Amino acid sequence: MIPGDRQVVVDSLGVGIATGAYGVSFGAVAAASGLDVWQACALSLLVFTGASQFAFVGVVAAGGAPLAGSLTALLLGSRNTFYGLALAPHLEVRGWRRLLTAQLIIDESTAMGLGQDDARRTRLAFRLTGVTIFVLWNLATLAGAAAGQALGDPRAYGLDAAVGAAFLGLLWPRLTAWPQRVVAVVGAGAAMGLVPWTPAGVPVILGGAAAVAAGLVLARRRAAVQP
Amino acid sequence: MSALWVGILVASAGCYLLKVAGLSVPQRVLAHPVAERVADLIPVGLLAALVAVQVLADGQSLAIDARLLGLGAAVVLLMARAPFLVVVFGAALVAALARAI
Repeated sequence: MIPGDRQVVVDSLGVGIATGAYGVSFGAVAAASGLDVWQACALSLLVFTGASQFAFVGVVAAGGAPLAGSLTALLLGSRNTFYGLALAPHLEVRGWRRLLTAQLIIDESTAMGLGQDDARRTRLAFRLTGVTIFVLWNLATLAGAAAGQALGDPRAYGLDAAVGAAFLGLLWPRLTAWPQRVVAVVGAGAAMGLVPWTPAGVPVILGGAAAVAAGLVLARRRAAVQP
Repeated sequence: MSALWVGILVASAGCYLLKVAGLSVPQRVLAHPVAERVADLIPVGLLAALVAVQVLADGQSLAIDARLLGLGAAVVLLMARAPFLVVVFGAALVAALARAI
């Protein structure tokens, strides 16, 4: 092994194991939301992007139409397109390899990949992180969903509160600057205000859209103030 | 097929195609500053909306209950830099205890 690669391998495995393990919480939350074990596992295998999976089960748990959950999942999944764009020049994958590689594009594999200083290490870190998370995330989902079903009433174990905490945990690292914090407050406020007036599932989508619009206005103002 | 399975398959196909698109389209198609800014803001706005609805909505009405205590616990744990799993199950534990009392 080339010196320096060892650190890449250790870091990738560390991130992969830590991230993969929290598939347990996804499985438990999915079961608490009324999905069966097969449905929870299908989401982890096929969607394989955590925030979208949590969003889908969250909308369904709140009584929203499954397709509203799908739309929310797709909106959240759109950032993976931009990750792919950033990764493409380093990965240089074509044909069937591109179709397999695509499924590994998530927050953590992208961050680990793009954090390297040459293309070869980018590929190593991206693949190792992605594959480790894929394997563990799916095993952990199965374990979490099976345990969640065996437990019975999810409310007695506070699992309904765990869903909100999971979303907050995914949101937290993104709140590093003021514009993002304002966008988050607008999103939460708008969604809350819409709950009594719109069918379940809609407040999330419209609240998110209002937040993005507010963020764009805010960015334009700042650009005008600081030429 | 149940509506739930249809939703799962639509989400699966869509999320996969979004990933493939990133590796497949020419760089210049999406490399626009506004598109990138929107892509950065979408997770922030949507996740915040999801937190609010998950914690405060009870069907079509708003309710303050043990879930809010759970969220408070999650905030404390996140500020203490606890790992994700500890945050999630810590919030569940606090909500469960609040209901048991």
